[in-house]
Amino acid sequence: MTDNKKIGFFQSGTPWVWLNAGAVSISMIMVIGLLVLIAVRGLGHFWPKAIWQIEYEEGGGITTLIGERAKTETVSARQLREAGVKYNFKEEFVERTLLKIGNRDVYGFDFRLTVAPLEKSVSLPEELIVLERTEWGNFYGELVAVKEDGVITQAGVEELWAKLSSRVERVAELRERIGDIEKSEIGAINFKMEKLRLRTRAMELAGRDDAEEQAEIAGTKAQLDADYDALKTRLDVLYADIRRDAVTLRVMTGEEVSINLSKVVKATRPNAMSIPTKIQHYFGNLIDFVSDDPREANTEGGIFPAIFGTVMMVLLMSVIVTPFGVIAAIYLREYAKQGFVTRLVRISVNNLAGVPSIVYGVFGLGFFVYVLGGNIDQLFYPEALPSPTFGSGGLMWASLTLALLTVPVVIVATEEGLARIPRAVREGSLALGATKAETLWRIVIPMASPAMMTGLILAVARAAGEVAPLMLVGAVKLAPSLPLDMNAPFLHLERKFMHLGFHIYDVGFQSPNVEAARPLVYATALILVAVIILLNLSAIYIRNHLREKYRTLEQ
Amino acid sequence: MDKANSTIETQAKVNWRWRKIKDELMMRVVQVGGAAVIGAIALIFIFLLSVVYPLFEEPEIHESARYQLPSTALGPSLMLGVEEQAEIAFRVTKDGSVLFFDVSNGQSVINYKLPISDDDAVLGVRNVSEASRLLAANLKSGGLLFFKHEYDLEFTETERIIHPKVVYPFGQEVVDLGESAIMQFAVGENEDNLTIFYQNEDGKLGLTGFEKVSSFISEDVVLEEIDNSFLNSSHEPVALLVDPEQEWAYVLNDRGTLALYDIRDIASPDLQEVIDVTNQSSKPTGIEWLIGGISVLVGDDSGVVSQWFKIRAEGDVPYTLKKIREFKVDSSGVNKMASEQLRKGVVAAAESGKVNFFYTTSERDLMTIAATEGEVQHIAIAPRSDILLLEDSLGQLSVWDMDNHHPESSLSGLWGKVWYEDYQKPDYIWQSSSASSDFEPKYSLIPLTFGTIKAAFYAMLFAMPLAICGAIFTAYFMRPKMRALVKPSIEIMEALPTVILGFLAGLWLAPYIEQHLPGVVFVLIFVPLGIILSALIWWRLPFEIKSKIPEGWEAAILALPIITIVMLCMSASTAVEGALFEGNIRIWMSENLGVGFDQRNALIIGIAMGFAVIPTIFSIAEDAIFSVPKHLTSGSLALGATPWQTLVRVVLPSASPGIFSAVMIGFGRAVGETMIVLMATGNTPVMDFGIFEGMRTLSANVAVELPESEVDSTHYRILFLAAFVLFMFTFFFNTIAEIVRQRLRRKYATL
Repeated sequence: MTDNKKIGFFQSGTPWVWLNAGAVSISMIMVIGLLVLIAVRGLGHFWPKAIWQIEYEEGGGITTLIGERAKTETVSARQLREAGVKYNFKEEFVERTLLKIGNRDVYGFDFRLTVAPLEKSVSLPEELIVLERTEWGNFYGELVAVKEDGVITQAGVEELWAKLSSRVERVAELRERIGDIEKSEIGAINFKMEKLRLRTRAMELAGRDDAEEQAEIAGTKAQLDADYDALKTRLDVLYADIRRDAVTLRVMTGEEVSINLSKVVKATRPNAMSIPTKIQHYFGNLIDFVSDDPREANTEGGIFPAIFGTVMMVLLMSVIVTPFGVIAAIYLREYAKQGFVTRLVRISVNNLAGVPSIVYGVFGLGFFVYVLGGNIDQLFYPEALPSPTFGSGGLMWASLTLALLTVPVVIVATEEGLARIPRAVREGSLALGATKAETLWRIVIPMASPAMMTGLILAVARAAGEVAPLMLVGAVKLAPSLPLDMNAPFLHLERKFMHLGFHIYDVGFQSPNVEAARPLVYATALILVAVIILLNLSAIYIRNHLREKYRTLEQ
Repeated sequence: MDKANSTIETQAKVNWRWRKIKDELMMRVVQVGGAAVIGAIALIFIFLLSVVYPLFEEPEIHESARYQLPSTALGPSLMLGVEEQAEIAFRVTKDGSVLFFDVSNGQSVINYKLPISDDDAVLGVRNVSEASRLLAANLKSGGLLFFKHEYDLEFTETERIIHPKVVYPFGQEVVDLGESAIMQFAVGENEDNLTIFYQNEDGKLGLTGFEKVSSFISEDVVLEEIDNSFLNSSHEPVALLVDPEQEWAYVLNDRGTLALYDIRDIASPDLQEVIDVTNQSSKPTGIEWLIGGISVLVGDDSGVVSQWFKIRAEGDVPYTLKKIREFKVDSSGVNKMASEQLRKGVVAAAESGKVNFFYTTSERDLMTIAATEGEVQHIAIAPRSDILLLEDSLGQLSVWDMDNHHPESSLSGLWGKVWYEDYQKPDYIWQSSSASSDFEPKYSLIPLTFGTIKAAFYAMLFAMPLAICGAIFTAYFMRPKMRALVKPSIEIMEALPTVILGFLAGLWLAPYIEQHLPGVVFVLIFVPLGIILSALIWWRLPFEIKSKIPEGWEAAILALPIITIVMLCMSASTAVEGALFEGNIRIWMSENLGVGFDQRNALIIGIAMGFAVIPTIFSIAEDAIFSVPKHLTSGSLALGATPWQTLVRVVLPSASPGIFSAVMIGFGRAVGETMIVLMATGNTPVMDFGIFEGMRTLSANVAVELPESEVDSTHYRILFLAAFVLFMFTFFFNTIAEIVRQRLRRKYATL
């Protein structure tokens, strides 16, 4: 576009060039906008939000509302009138807020709508506190009293707050100890009990009537029962201890509600927090989110099992996909006779990368789960039937299915890497008397290893984000136990697992309280996106690095 | 020295051999491994096909036994039945014997006698309900006797023994229906009520309704009469029917007409319609329910079985009977029919002794056997449809093994319009399951395929212009520095998990667009205009400013105007909606344009899935344009063409196969995408191409239904067929694209 004024604007083609530029621009804006949207919403989830106290005009009187502003939007007065808000608006458009008022057990619902003109006064009283609870969601209210071991303390806000904080900490510690006993120790006993039951059943099936073995089983069982009773006593003590204290809060209706501290996970006073405290809480919340178990049908708490499940599945998949993908690529590039058939195979492999992932899921369910798993159960786990061991979706089948899904990615990337290695290098090695295997092992594979790495990273990135096949072969809403634990054989390939992507689908679309879970879905999405972008960026980096390396080799 | 040399030599030899072995070993390992991986990939295809194949297999039937009627002396049967395991069958004879016998050899197991006096006789026995195994017998002395055939199972170490018995659910007393004997009857029964429709010796048609009353003291159920009435019929009835809900009664006359009575009020039955159900010259021979009590099967003496049910009528009667489809058995005439107990299949026997097996929904004529030299007197189909029992006029019983697992599937059933029960007209419907067991599954893949194509179409509509234009600019005009930024960004866009796109589309974009619909329309109009306007402003700017930013950065310059325009459009949206569409464009549209609005609609899918396919199309198209040999463009530019002319006349023509293949691959991806459609549509299998309506796609359907479907059932196999269709479809498109690309690469290489 030299400044040639003799050619007209349209004749020069400039507008069309600019339209094309616009397409790039729009695409880029969409990508960046999407990432920003997820980042802002996801990261915002952990920030301690202000609790508003609103004097609200309603039904002829004034009511007090206490809660967090979850979402604010502009709506037309007409829409409001149709929605049944009784008020004569002068304004044509008003701000409408979705207020999270919590206290679901007291009010029956935890969100309500307010419109700006009816909010007579708003304030941020420092004495308002938020209790994060193990059930029924958040609780908002004003601190009235703390009951400690039957003694009720009523004092100034600060004093009460200090007391409450220390009590909540104590409860958290107790809860951790209870969790340890319930999960690992009782879990281990249950696991062993189940093993014993299966052993007895196996003896029955085999028609073995070995009195000695039966006695041994009975002995172990009695021992386990005794262990369990001991744990139970310890647990009872802890439970009594954790239920000792309570707190009384005044909610927005003026009612005073007493809450046992055993139900409280966290107590915060966001309105009284300084910015540094908020930052501290922010990171605290973030760490809790990635390290805690989910609560309340996944709509609250953390996502640790989902992260763990995703990582396990991807690791297992990598272990399967790397050797096979690399061997197949080496075969196609180095050993197979280059001809029509190889070309056909290559095209097929390329195409498989484009086959819908759900098809792999269908194959995984039909072949791995029902055919292979069903037969494995018949052969090796007849004592557990009719409840399936490998005959239903699980970690192993999910990993295998995703390995099959990603093997074309590894093959293509590795082949590309192999093809880039200059002939001269190979021929030099062979000319020095090395065998083909030696050339491959010592020269070609090390040189191609970054390409393999790229392939593997891309495969992992794809596998981590894939959900559709997992829905069929083993990802579940809530797995009772992690696939890796302290009970032999430690890695439980047959167990169902949780997955970040499936978690997003499930919480966002299958949960009973989508509105309450929405921020959590954004946060989960953010973590998934972050992991995948990181993986992809490293793949891109390695690839570019590789190109540079070969450019110098070729010269 | 010599010695040392020789040891070195032998060592070298050993070494060499060892290296040779390693070389060989590696080759083997790689070959086996490579072949295994390729084999595994091929296995997908083979396995899917092997699951789908039985759908189209021809059913098989063969005779497994033939013997004289057990206890021949008792005479021919009045009724023949089989229990669920198909091991024990029974027959009822005139003297009131219920004779249970072994299906495989005809040996008697046990003989029960119905509680009737010695000089009485059973005139006929009819099935009241297959599910509860309730039978009714009309007696010579008048009245009906209800009884059930039941089976106790006993498990021993090695085998399962079935003990048949006869029970009387309403007591052993005969249900009294007046003095005279009953010639014809039909019984409708549900949980609470029972209605008997009969013709007595005087030729009168009577209707009596009962309520089932359970006694307080014992578990017994007693029938208490509610009401009764008599009907007038001008012709001799051939057969009677009452539906299980006891709302409708049917009378088949010897003239070939079927009369439909509304019997919701038993005291005053209301004649709804009399309709001719046979071809002019032929006479009806029998009438039978298809399981479920909706369809009526009429057989005639020209050998045709026709299926009828009532549909809503336009005239003064609410319902009218309609012939849905017919099957030809044999020109000798139909003399007996029976329907399957769990599916919508029909067995019909002709007078010539030929027996045909039909399936109504799929309109399949499944199998034909020449069963007997004589005439078939009774047909009994085992509940699991694995055994067929036939009694003929020669006093013989024949047992037939059936291998008929998927009669519901046929090409016409999967891909054509089917007239399902209770529907007004033939239609494409997907509805695979329901709570009731006698539900007619509707397996039309058309609505799902339609949904798939619709979703892909809107996605391509959104993605194609953006991706191709973007690729053109990036490959041909963009500065390398910016290109180094854009390409990885687009690659990251490709890697974004679709579950995240689906979640954002469903939970953020869909409600947002619902609120800002006019804004979206403005964006479509004003963004392109704004881009051209920006170009014009830039064109007019003095050279000094322009020279500061080199060519090829237009995309970066445009970011600001585009964002501004979009924001303006969106903020104006609510105001415009208030001013032009009475504050709610969705209601306005449905009132004024008759366009419905789903929150999760094709527009959302178009944007979300478009987002997912843009990078695929972009990368491949960009590759194709970028690798157009430089001397071609240089030549064109040297001859004085503008860059745009060069692009349109030189670059695009030679890169067009590459762009074509990019679009193909993008389309393939859109077709198979699962999570976005699953999350961002309502997943209702509707057939409406409107942009504001939802859809259900093949892939989402598989994801939703496969975990719940029973292994190896027809539903399971049809879902596999859907997956197979997806597989073949994408494989086909990708192969074409790949071949085109390879051709193009070779062409460039020669240039």
